[in-house]
Amino acid sequence: MTSEPRIIERKALDQLLEALTQEGYQVVGPTLGDGAIVYGPVQASEDFPVGWTDEQEGGVYRLKKREDKALFGYVVGPHSWKKYLHPPERRLWTGQASGTDFELTPEPVETARFAFFGVRSCELHAIEIQDRVFIHNDHVDEDYKARRENAFVVVVQCGQAGKTCFCVSMNTGPKAESGYDLALTEILDEGRHFFHAVAGSPKGAAILQQVETRSATSSDSAEAEEAVQKARGQMGRTLNTKGVKELLQENPEHPRWDSVAERCLSCANCTMVCPTCFCSTVEDTTDLTGDHTERWQKWDSCFTMDFSYLHGGSVRASTKSRYRQWLTHKLSSWIDQFDSSGCVGCGRCVTWCPVGIDLTEEVRSIREENTVRLPSKREASNGNA
Amino acid sequence: MAGKKKPKVAVWKFASCDGCQLSLLDCEDELLAVAEAIEIANFPEASRAVVKGPYDLSLVEGSITTPHDEERIHQVRRSSKFLVTIGACATAGGIQALRNFKDVQDFVSIVYATPDYIDTLAKSSAISDHVRVDFELRGCPINKYQLVEVVSAYLKDRKPVTPAHSVCVECKRRGTVCVMVSQGTLCMGPVVHAGCGAICPAYDRGCYGCFGPKETPNTESLSEWFKDHGMGNEELVRAYRSFNAYATPFRKESERHD
Ligand code: SF4
Ligand code: SF4
Ligand code: SF4
Ligand code: SF4
Repeated sequence: MTSEPRIIERKALDQLLEALTQEGYQVVGPTLGDGAIVYGPVQASEDFPVGWTDEQEGGVYRLKKREDKALFGYVVGPHSWKKYLHPPERRLWTGQASGTDFELTPEPVETARFAFFGVRSCELHAIEIQDRVFIHNDHVDEDYKARRENAFVVVVQCGQAGKTCFCVSMNTGPKAESGYDLALTEILDEGRHFFHAVAGSPKGAAILQQVETRSATSSDSAEAEEAVQKARGQMGRTLNTKGVKELLQENPEHPRWDSVAERCLSCANCTMVCPTCFCSTVEDTTDLTGDHTERWQKWDSCFTMDFSYLHGGSVRASTKSRYRQWLTHKLSSWIDQFDSSGCVGCGRCVTWCPVGIDLTEEVRSIREENTVRLPSKREASNGNA
Repeated sequence: MAGKKKPKVAVWKFASCDGCQLSLLDCEDELLAVAEAIEIANFPEASRAVVKGPYDLSLVEGSITTPHDEERIHQVRRSSKFLVTIGACATAGGIQALRNFKDVQDFVSIVYATPDYIDTLAKSSAISDHVRVDFELRGCPINKYQLVEVVSAYLKDRKPVTPAHSVCVECKRRGTVCVMVSQGTLCMGPVVHAGCGAICPAYDRGCYGCFGPKETPNTESLSEWFKDHGMGNEELVRAYRSFNAYATPFRKESERHD
């Protein structure tokens, strides 16, 4: 369902935050922190990065002042909502020995109710991808499910795209069409500053009713549409997805894997920042007496050696095999496994790779050298020399 | 554990600053449990009393720098069921391994009034260059939680959980914004072994590499980044030559730029 659009004036936005808090939600959203826009608690609209934007490139992120007082004038940063839905570290159970017996106490299922304020279209698609992994699967992660079902989602439609964004290629943005409780589009022009708001669920409609709004005119809605169109035209990256599943599966020995392995630090940053990457490890510890044990779940990555450790060693010992595993899973075997791509084109892995390795570039090379059969071309040029 | 004899743990000191031993003393909350669970047979920083071997677990701090220590480490090995090295000195030769890149006799003649009294080896070397080591705990100094983890693991016959991946993983788990990407700050994190909890980046500094090289470190690629960001050869050499200067991947990388 989507409702008739309403207009929330800038000065009334705090009412929306208050209404969410009143309903018992812990509101989290973009805030300024440590030289980037990160996700954290938000009490009032002034907590958003007012008047800031970001500039991104492969391996580079810089905050910049804007000329206006926009609240959402930037794209996605190093954090993603997965830190709330699938936390980086979580205790699963504790065990206590007494005599010859021992007792296991599972960690209680998390009941936090988050309102995610400022979810971008690509991110909403990423959450839906993780839903398929953690909820619509043979093994349900009850903790994730509880957090997810409790969450209230406020989308902010993108009015600009970043230099590493490519949601248009992945068909995941820049406009979120469904799956939210509320969707806002920020509009700033000629001294006016307001939010075009659409409810996407009964929950969303009920919250919207608690806020001072007016109905949107057709020109308001046209402006909102224009904003998204602008973002659509600004994609910094593109990825040709045509046949990419077969392309990667058919090229496990492509020379490009060697070249990327020379640059790749196997540092795992790309997987940690990726909003769809879901892998975790479990660590068991005991205290010195051995009577008390704990099991912790922690984010893991296919870039570590332990990840593929089987009896006797790591299956993917080379960086080449680890990068290949990552990219092929994201864009290819994910489709076999979960019926969708594992990439939503948010660009985080490109920006936050310290050495700026760019998956769109890697795919392009594999595709080009695949179709033109570069080795024979090289042979030809050698022949001419 | 009733009726069972407490396992005997000994701490041994070689060429080092004692910082790693102090990490054990720093385990205030855990010390009571430590004292209850084990018999400390030798611990120079805490007491002069020495209980005779053999020992169930020996924790070795410091590197080998003198002919006498070269002998002594063999005695330690012979009297220990498990031998675990603690810290960068014992594991990689420590900061004192900087001498390995120069002629130590030159220093001796400059520093000491009576150089003849000095009986030192040409190189500062890791314990594993001399005897079999069961486990190496990284850090300068070591992390006390990891130390408790390793001692617990050896006393319970299980593998210690001390992941060998990059510091970056710790940064990301704690939500620290990458200083390389957001500020262009030089950071060793992508080639450094986790364990500290990514302290420096959390305080806006690049990682210095206290925990030494991680599994599969791609130092060449990181050096390319350093060079692109204005680092000259001299600074590059210095970046790799600190507490873990003589750990093979760091030594080789520094030599490439020397
Ligand atoms: S693979 Fe990269 S661009 Fe795609 S969803 Fe993950 S972080 Fe975003
Ligand atoms: S990838 Fe698209 S939806 Fe995501 S931040 Fe960029 S423009 Fe917005
Ligand atoms: S692709 Fe980049 S972020 Fe990912 S492991 Fe390699 S160097 Fe690190
Ligand atoms: S700050 Fe350093 S250790 Fe942390 S993620 Fe960035 S490169 Fe890695």
